[in-house]
Amino acid sequence: MIGVIDMGTLAWVAVALPAAGAVLIVLAHRYRDLREGITMAVSGVVFVIAALLALIVLTGEQPTVVLAEPIDGLSIMLSIEPLGALFGLIASLLWIVTSVYSIGYMRSNKEKNQTRYYAFFALAIASTLGVAFAGNMFTLFVFYELLTISTYPLVTHNGTDEARRAGRTYMGILLGTSIAFQLLAIIWTWVVAGTLDFEQGGILEGHVGGAALIVLLLLYVYGIGKAALMPLHRWLPAAMVAPTPVSALLHAVAVVKAGVFTVLKVIIYIFGIDLLAETSGSEILVWLAGITIIVASLVALQQDNLKRLLAYSTVSQLSYVILGAAILAPISVAGAAIHIAAHAFGKITLFFVAGAIYTSAHKTLVSELDGIGRRMPWTMAAFTIGVLSMIGLPPTFGFVGKWFMLQGALQTEQFIPVAVIAVSTLLNAGCFLPIVYRAFFKAPASGSTPHGEAPLAMLLALLATAAATIILFFAPGIPGYLAFMAAGLIQ
Amino acid sequence: MSVIVDNLPALQVAVPLIGAPICALLVRGYLSWIFATAVSWLTFAISIALMNEVLHMGDVTYIMGGWPAPWGIEYHIDALSALLLVLVSGMAAIIMPAARLAIGVEVNPRARRLFFTVALLALTGMLGIVATGDAFNLYVFLEISSLASYALVAMGNTRRAPTAAFQYLILGTIGATFILIGIGLLYSATGTLNMADLAAKLRATGATATVEAAFAFIVVGAAIKFALFPLHFWMPNAYTYAPSLVSAFFGATATKVGAYILIRFIFTVFGAHFAFGDMHLAWVLIPVAIAGAFTASLVACWQSDLKRMLAFSSVAQVGYIGLGIGLGNQDGLVAAIVHVFNHGLMKGALFLVMACVILRLGRADMTTFQGLGRRMPVVMAVFVVAGLSMIGVPLTVGFISKWYLVVAALERGLWPVAVLVLISSLIAAVYIWRVVEVAYFRAPADDTKVEHPPALLLVPTMVLGILCIVFGIATDFTVDLALLATTTLGGAP
Repeated sequence: MIGVIDMGTLAWVAVALPAAGAVLIVLAHRYRDLREGITMAVSGVVFVIAALLALIVLTGEQPTVVLAEPIDGLSIMLSIEPLGALFGLIASLLWIVTSVYSIGYMRSNKEKNQTRYYAFFALAIASTLGVAFAGNMFTLFVFYELLTISTYPLVTHNGTDEARRAGRTYMGILLGTSIAFQLLAIIWTWVVAGTLDFEQGGILEGHVGGAALIVLLLLYVYGIGKAALMPLHRWLPAAMVAPTPVSALLHAVAVVKAGVFTVLKVIIYIFGIDLLAETSGSEILVWLAGITIIVASLVALQQDNLKRLLAYSTVSQLSYVILGAAILAPISVAGAAIHIAAHAFGKITLFFVAGAIYTSAHKTLVSELDGIGRRMPWTMAAFTIGVLSMIGLPPTFGFVGKWFMLQGALQTEQFIPVAVIAVSTLLNAGCFLPIVYRAFFKAPASGSTPHGEAPLAMLLALLATAAATIILFFAPGIPGYLAFMAAGLIQ
Repeated sequence: MSVIVDNLPALQVAVPLIGAPICALLVRGYLSWIFATAVSWLTFAISIALMNEVLHMGDVTYIMGGWPAPWGIEYHIDALSALLLVLVSGMAAIIMPAARLAIGVEVNPRARRLFFTVALLALTGMLGIVATGDAFNLYVFLEISSLASYALVAMGNTRRAPTAAFQYLILGTIGATFILIGIGLLYSATGTLNMADLAAKLRATGATATVEAAFAFIVVGAAIKFALFPLHFWMPNAYTYAPSLVSAFFGATATKVGAYILIRFIFTVFGAHFAFGDMHLAWVLIPVAIAGAFTASLVACWQSDLKRMLAFSSVAQVGYIGLGIGLGNQDGLVAAIVHVFNHGLMKGALFLVMACVILRLGRADMTTFQGLGRRMPVVMAVFVVAGLSMIGVPLTVGFISKWYLVVAALERGLWPVAVLVLISSLIAAVYIWRVVEVAYFRAPADDTKVEHPPALLLVPTMVLGILCIVFGIATDFTVDLALLATTTLGGAP
């Protein structure tokens, strides 16, 4: 209890507040500054609540609240455990940063339909927090679907034919996988286990075994399309047609993170690490994740469009999380949880830079970036930090997650993950370092129009996330603690 | 006061029945509309009162005219009947206020005078089918509602309406006649027409050839009324060419009452043991239902006339209800009963959206929907909500039905059926999303200024849209009634 406010109330307020904010944003349609003010105010309050909840979880409590019971015996219930608290913390913090960035981007590019953008953004955050705080798989599924639907108007924001087609790929893959595979897996679990609550050690022990277990695992993993496991990853590059702040938050933090977060929750709390260790389920996951990591990196190497390159890099990095969990050692599970946070900060920095380059210099291709470091030094400095985090080098946060995953793999003597991590690190370096070299050490192409740094709002946002990437390396603090709690390494 | 309460079952049917000829006498157009609205609201209030009684005091039995059963006609209202009474009268109460406006555009001018009379007669018939406990009385009300329905379809303002009505009449009469033959066979086998009495006597008689023939006739006849694939051929044309409000009303009532007849005869009269054991009903119903759900969804994707698309979508949804009945276990029956209610809400909302569009733009096809997201934002919002419900997105009513249906299939060990149900939901996503894309991504086909639909039409549309979400979260009413109904109906072995 915090004073008179009940913990459970805090939990559902955190989810409801952004949704209420969306309504307010629509009402403030005519008053642009008020409208933006609402976004900033609501995101600030939501972050404070998420931080409070994280602190409560650190003390060992689990804020729980039941919201409704649509199906007999199955309720919509929020119950915050360490992994969820971590995800909620990151999502809410990055909403603040992205809102600042959005204001800069939307106004500088004179985008249309801004109210619709901010409103659905808030709804998407509400859904993300619902996913983070879900207490059972049913609730998670509800918010997972709401996330898909609330992000559709964001992905198709431009309203062009290209956006419409991208929207079809987006909805088609995400809705298709979630209804055909994930829902089937969830109902199957409900029928055999009689519950869908997230519990330590999983709920499937004794109910499913052998080949059926593998099938169920695959149904879940491929049903969680937002985790972008190959070959169901195509929606992510397709969604790059969206404005950059949408790509930044949703595809570096909310949507894809909801995907791998859900995979982690399913592995830890539905199947249970012990049950998976007994079967060959985890081996299959190691292979699938490993292949995705390598192949996506190879595809990224060949991209010239900067945002597409970043998208394929995301597909690759997401599977690190799945790989870390599939290793099944507690330390690597902690590493996977940390990587959710690390990749979020690193990737969002890179997307912010891509948007800044587009806004200031009107460039979208890597081949056009020669010498841009001279014109936009701060922006490209942040880019370099983000790149180091992707590769996984100290002193960036991206190093920490990978380090723990390697530890876990070595402890359990699984050498395929070690090989995958080593090879992909080299591939990432080969993919990103040339861009840094081009930006700082090559002369700009002749005849290029002069331009300056990014607009101030965008610059502040990307410097903040880059700084966080470095600060978190030295002081992992709350995210580190929560990750270790989630893996069961500390209480 | 207690006189009214005691006679509620009779009043449920008598009020609209007497209201109908009075409507015919009220020559002025708007007078008959006001009177019909008042009657439908009164009928709705009666159905709520009856449902209350059933929930608190158990099944309600009423002896018509004091002549005791099994020779006299007895009304028997259990949980299933109560749910359907509320659904049918509720839809009438929501739609009737909007009728006056929609009639102006969609009903043949020569028929307008009698629209409300015929509508009230259709309402009477449907309520009577659901309320009665006598098999032949059910047939009588079936004919009343059917004839009124044919007339309502014929009132459409297109040249194809009378043809569609004629097709409906032929096929519907075949269906009703089959039911009559079946009832006749039952009478010859048992000597009674009262459903409770029939149930008792049939258990004693066992499975004779007469009884089996009766079962076959009644199931096929009811399936025609239910529009179960492949006996659905009357439905696409009837729903397309009838006035949209009529389609909205039918979507929620006509086929649902057909489902009621099917459930009532299979479970109450013949008994699950006979139906699923001796007659192997599951083997017939499940494949047919799932085939219907699939093919109808696919055909819906190709329609450019949106009312026709919704009609085929209804055939698919009827397939889900049939699947729930065919699975026969408790979750299957709950799925079927709950979907009867939920689909009524969804389809009612969608057809009312069509009514709004037709009122302002003359037609409801892919061309008139271009740019509708900007021209009629509220109407399109209702379409999106109801459409998401058809796909089965959580927090909508459609999801609840799908959940129970898939659970029922998995409990029976019928894997492929569960997968097919989920895949057919994705096909629904295709035809719904086509419309959403056209409405939000295309510019309007011409520059005419389009006003919002009038409140009398817009409010019922919004109400149904909101109910699609309300009953998707607060499912106590529907699911509890359905569970209560399944306990009295008994499930398949």
